[in-house]
Amino acid sequence: MNFRLILDISRSMMMARWQQTLVAAIGVTFSITMFISLLGFMNGLNDMLDGLVLNRTPHIRLYNDIKPTEIQPIHKTTNNDRIYAFINSVKASNSRMEIDNSAAIMKVLNRDNRIKGICPRLNAQVLFRSGTIDITGMVNGIEARAESELFSFGDYVNSGKAIDLQFVPNSIILGKGLAEKLLVVPGDMVQLTTAGGERLSLKVVAFFQSGIADYDKVQSFTSIQTVQKLLGKPNNHVSDIQIKLHDMSLAPMMAKEFHTIYGTDAEDIQSANAQFETGSFVRNIISYAVGITLLIVAGFGIYNILNMMIYEKMDSIAILKATGFSGKDVRSIFLSIALSIGLAGGLLGLLFGLIFSRLIDKLPFETQALPTITTYPVNYDLKYYVTGLTFALITTFLAGYFPSRKASSIDPVIIIRGK
Amino acid sequence: MGEIVLQASHIHKYFEDPVKVKVLHDINFSINKGEFVSITGKSGCGKSTLLYILSTMDTEFEGDLSINGVSTHLKSEEELATIRNEKIGFVFQFHYLLNEFTVLKNVMLPALKLGKLSPVKIEQNAMLHLENLGIRDKAFKKANQLSGGEKQRVAIARALINDPLIIMGDEPTGNLDNKNSQIVYDIFNSLCEKYNQTLLIVTHDKSFASHTHRIITMNDGIIISDSPK
Repeated sequence: MNFRLILDISRSMMMARWQQTLVAAIGVTFSITMFISLLGFMNGLNDMLDGLVLNRTPHIRLYNDIKPTEIQPIHKTTNNDRIYAFINSVKASNSRMEIDNSAAIMKVLNRDNRIKGICPRLNAQVLFRSGTIDITGMVNGIEARAESELFSFGDYVNSGKAIDLQFVPNSIILGKGLAEKLLVVPGDMVQLTTAGGERLSLKVVAFFQSGIADYDKVQSFTSIQTVQKLLGKPNNHVSDIQIKLHDMSLAPMMAKEFHTIYGTDAEDIQSANAQFETGSFVRNIISYAVGITLLIVAGFGIYNILNMMIYEKMDSIAILKATGFSGKDVRSIFLSIALSIGLAGGLLGLLFGLIFSRLIDKLPFETQALPTITTYPVNYDLKYYVTGLTFALITTFLAGYFPSRKASSIDPVIIIRGK
Repeated sequence: MGEIVLQASHIHKYFEDPVKVKVLHDINFSINKGEFVSITGKSGCGKSTLLYILSTMDTEFEGDLSINGVSTHLKSEEELATIRNEKIGFVFQFHYLLNEFTVLKNVMLPALKLGKLSPVKIEQNAMLHLENLGIRDKAFKKANQLSGGEKQRVAIARALINDPLIIMGDEPTGNLDNKNSQIVYDIFNSLCEKYNQTLLIVTHDKSFASHTHRIITMNDGIIISDSPK
């Protein structure tokens, strides 16, 4: 009842000074609009840049690294004063790069419900024959369908289709840079030589363009069976198992678990790509800082306008108090004015922010490095909208709090006597 | 005599700024129900200051003030506001209506704040008061579209809306011409006679004061005469 009365009085006061109220609300609208579009745009870019690496990177990678044995002979001696052991350098041997019992491991991993999917890989160092010289490169044996589903492989393939690797026998997708060096176009043949001397001619079906030029100059992709054939290995020979999880944050823990169970090396995405997290974090801080600065400026605007309003309404405040409204009621009136401005301005700001984001989303953005991106990327995460509105309400509350406290402490006697 | 509505006992008041000056000295009196009292005196004799103390708006004084037998001493600001809302009706020299609202709404506001009646019932009461004061046709105009005399009648209607124990006026005719002053006096007088309404009016208008039932005359912060007519 009383609450409705207070809202009614605040509304009348705002309507009596609707131009000022409008200016204050526009201030909030403007800053929320900028806050939303800035954060959406920044994070859209962030996601795209992170996606360049993170989307393609397995959350956990199982492989056998080339490294010396962890238990050197010296560790096996009993240490005491009479023995001085000095043999400590058994070097890494030419051990098997393949994952033991890979078929069984993959079967178990496929049943694990924390895992979204797995992709086996077999990598080989090869030489591409180009006229009289050989160009070193890597050939990745992959399962094109699974790679596209889990690691967006298909997004980075142009001038052809990723899935052709599975349908066209003896086919290869070359990195764009590599293809330019070899002077080939889709449909041409390229000749590969392995380190073991094995030779094979493969048909180019498409180009691969990751956006990282150095990477594109050495990488090529073919089906896993082709690489097995190239290396003269049986069809259960796999050098990597790439795992994508439902929840990326579990990766470090699960990597340890797999390392103990399967005895392979297991690398998680967090330790492999720590710098990307840091980059996103810093960019986020910057956009929040700019957004909050805008809001604080708007807050000062509201503060000013309320202060002016209170000076103008001294008489009204005095009469309200004389007729039985307490200081608390007066404070609630001015606070609800401030919060109404914040809420209305904030909601409009969210709407305009969304419209602005849609506009940015439509702007063409074409770059050689990013073949899949045609317009500027924008993130529409609900959390920015919630944060924006929360900040709008908090700033307007603070901006209204001090003037309204002043209004509540106005002594009606001074005003009424003052005339 | 009837019951005591308002009792002032040993009220002293100082102004601190810029130097300590005594403005009220040992004020003692009481007002009974149904009395029409005026406080007069020269400008600066402390009569308005006394009124603000009696109206609970000014709390910085020595002594005690009881309204309807309840001491206002040590009451919180909010409790005092409630007392003003419920027990006291105000009429000021300047009309002090809220220009944002219509006349009707101005009259209704104190009752809406009190919240004892439904808004519909409050509106009926407000219209009734406006009708009695002859300004029913102005009910839906904005407060600033009225003439001075009309505004003062709206202020009286507002003072009456909560059926107060006492109506206090601070120079209610001070800003009005003779004709309107007479109208205001007639309204007060009829309120007192018809409805046994208690009134306490501060005025320096001798002729106004002389028509009231009891005249308290002040000089230099003390009561020099208190004469029932």
